Amino acid sequence: MSHAHAEGNSIESLERRTLEGRNKILGFWIFLGAEVVIFGTLFAAHIGLRSEVNFGPSGSELFSLPIVAIMTALLLTSSMTSVMAIQAMHRHDAKGVAVWLAVTVLLALGFLALEIYEFTHYVHEYGFDIQMSPFSTTFYVLVGCHGLHVAIGIIWISLLIGQLFKKGLTVVTAPKIYVASLYWHFIDVVWVFIFTVVYLMGKVG
Amino acid sequence: MDWLTTVDHKKIGILYLGAGLVFFLIAGLEAVFVRLQLMYPMNNVLSAQQFNEMITMHGTTMLFLAALPILYGFFNFIVPLQIGARDVAFPFLNSLGFWTFVFGGILLNLGFFTGSLPDAGWTAYPPLSTMYSPGEGMDLYSIGLQLSGIGTLLGGINFIVTIVNMRAPGMTMMRMPLFTWTCFVMSILIVFAFSAFAVGLLMLTFDRIFGGNFFNPTTGGNVILWQHIFWIFGHPEVYILILPAFGILSEVIPTFSRKRLFGYTSMVFATAIIGFLGFMVWAHHMFTVGMGAVANTLFSIATMLIAVPTGIKIFNWIFTMWKGQITFNTANLFATGFIPSFTMGGVTGVMLAIAAADYQFQDSYFVVAHFHYVIVGGTVHGIFAAFFYWFPKMFGRKLNETLGKIMFWLFLIGFHMTFFVQHWLGLIGMPRRVYTYLDGQPGWNEMNFVSSVGALLMSVAVILLLINVIITMRKPADAEGDAWGDGRTLEWAIASPPPEYNFKQVPLVRGLDPWWLEKRAGRKEMTPAEPVGPIHMPNGSILPLIMSIGLFIAGLGIMYSQTIVAVLGFGVLIVCMVIRSLVDDPGYHIDPEELDSKGVKA
Repeated sequence: MSHAHAEGNSIESLERRTLEGRNKILGFWIFLGAEVVIFGTLFAAHIGLRSEVNFGPSGSELFSLPIVAIMTALLLTSSMTSVMAIQAMHRHDAKGVAVWLAVTVLLALGFLALEIYEFTHYVHEYGFDIQMSPFSTTFYVLVGCHGLHVAIGIIWISLLIGQLFKKGLTVVTAPKIYVASLYWHFIDVVWVFIFTVVYLMGKVG
Repeated sequence: MDWLTTVDHKKIGILYLGAGLVFFLIAGLEAVFVRLQLMYPMNNVLSAQQFNEMITMHGTTMLFLAALPILYGFFNFIVPLQIGARDVAFPFLNSLGFWTFVFGGILLNLGFFTGSLPDAGWTAYPPLSTMYSPGEGMDLYSIGLQLSGIGTLLGGINFIVTIVNMRAPGMTMMRMPLFTWTCFVMSILIVFAFSAFAVGLLMLTFDRIFGGNFFNPTTGGNVILWQHIFWIFGHPEVYILILPAFGILSEVIPTFSRKRLFGYTSMVFATAIIGFLGFMVWAHHMFTVGMGAVANTLFSIATMLIAVPTGIKIFNWIFTMWKGQITFNTANLFATGFIPSFTMGGVTGVMLAIAAADYQFQDSYFVVAHFHYVIVGGTVHGIFAAFFYWFPKMFGRKLNETLGKIMFWLFLIGFHMTFFVQHWLGLIGMPRRVYTYLDGQPGWNEMNFVSSVGALLMSVAVILLLINVIITMRKPADAEGDAWGDGRTLEWAIASPPPEYNFKQVPLVRGLDPWWLEKRAGRKEMTPAEPVGPIHMPNGSILPLIMSIGLFIAGLGIMYSQTIVAVLGFGVLIVCMVIRSLVDDPGYHIDPEELDSKGVKA
């Protein structure tokens, strides 16, 4: 199709140079639209049910903001490092991309470890498991769904680093990296909402 | 084997059509059982439990596994041809979407073998679907639909990107055929509606299997939450089903009236407005749960608003036929039969939209009559019209017209017999979803009997269609590219069935109804937009099938709380994804010399 024409156009950035790349990016934006609805529905359920504690602990008794603040800092920083990776990609610096993606994965691992610690802490210290109350169910499903997304992101970006070493920075790998960074930003934005709606509002309300 | 690994949009389209047809027959059979049970008062063809299972499976299968996949089949086959593309944007994803849908459907129907089918209605309202449905049936519902929903979502994303990015030169958005437009709007609805439903099903799974409390009223959970989530998906779902039928009519009626579609622009805008309003009206399914007068009024008015763009469409089709040279073959008969049947469903829809009156109508056979008028009178008529219209394009043969016309009249009469009387049954008080009724209630016996006979007539019509397909497939494939002689859109400009690369040269589109324009200008084929050159094609892959089997195994593992099985299933999925990610698929090229030889063969 307009393939040959677009490939001759060097102004176009690496990830948008082929039709396959452009398809991938547009398709991923639409997928993110679906993800917005998924998290939106979970948030709605949480807001509707968060005061139903069924004689169990409420958010204000449960949450400790320092650890959540550290998690937030880790995740926000990882979003920035993924931007650095994309900037390196636009400079055609494959090594820089790999390094910054690796930093992103490390920060994400830190976040995930803290989240796992947080969950086990709640279960062991407060007996706050998923069956406790509507509040606990929505909390674990919403925050856990985000955590699952982080875990998937870690596997995904690690695989991309592997591909970078194997194939280098090409019109095939560049859209994949770009899309992964879009995904990572989205995860980050969702966390900002979780921090606000679940933790801050939970602590105050 | 080729069919298991194919990533060709045309073959996947045929697979969707075949699988959808199988589920359509199963669901139809379930409906026949329901009607046989209700044929006489105090009948005992089915027990109460079996009746519940039959209505649940009938509704769920028809909506998720029959109507939608059949429409997906047409979209897959026809839309890339209509926009002058060689394939969809994501051929691999397309195949993955098909196979996850198939395995989701199998999982949903597994209850026929394990002995416990979903039994809480297709709406699965908790607590009926949670604490009062102890068998594993509703687990099959929540996990099976989750799987098939993933497939549907992938398909929707694929269609949107294909339509936005892959149109031939000159094919602007406002030159796209209406069928492609409805595919586009429907896909947007799917992306936003099915993802909400996915979360609803996830919550239901957590409540049923992991002891969650979303919908458990004894711990403070909220059953109304499910209703909101379900209908915020469920109402767009009915537009997901009817918009493609609108698109089909907008292709069939102009072709067989030999006129361009009346009011093309207004049709496009009506489609978009219906899509938008479809998301604004979900709570009209919940008028009687006690949302209050203000909410009821708002949703009532929003619902009535939808009648405006729908009315525009009805009038545009009639004006298209007005003074046209009309050919009433089977495809056009079904399209024409759609108009009055669907309009009646629309009128009862406005009646149901009146919140105050809905307190009387709700949960009665009036509602059953209404939604069967829009789904059978609308979507199913549209599907049959499309089947007869595009069959020569897909298989190179025209279906038998005599059998087709007999089928049409049997189906139309059977359909009105079945559902017309149900309006009155509802108004005199017959509730939905009762498995039997007492003798001696004035009118009940007679009307239920008429309704059941109508259902049998529809079954005969569907059997005639099957016979028609078998007879036709035994004949030589001799249909011309422009099988009806009056084709207007790009798919009729190429051979029937099309070669695997669709277009030897991507066509240049000069306006609305491009093929009609070229024919009017005296040309025998489309003006090409590119020189003849090698065509890049993707390789087939078995991975989508294996990934879907992995998801299926994982679903079973979650259902029976077997962690190892679930991990194994997800492991299969992840390994396949890693392979897909690390091994590049360069595809292959078809050389220009091969094109000519293949073109003749096709």
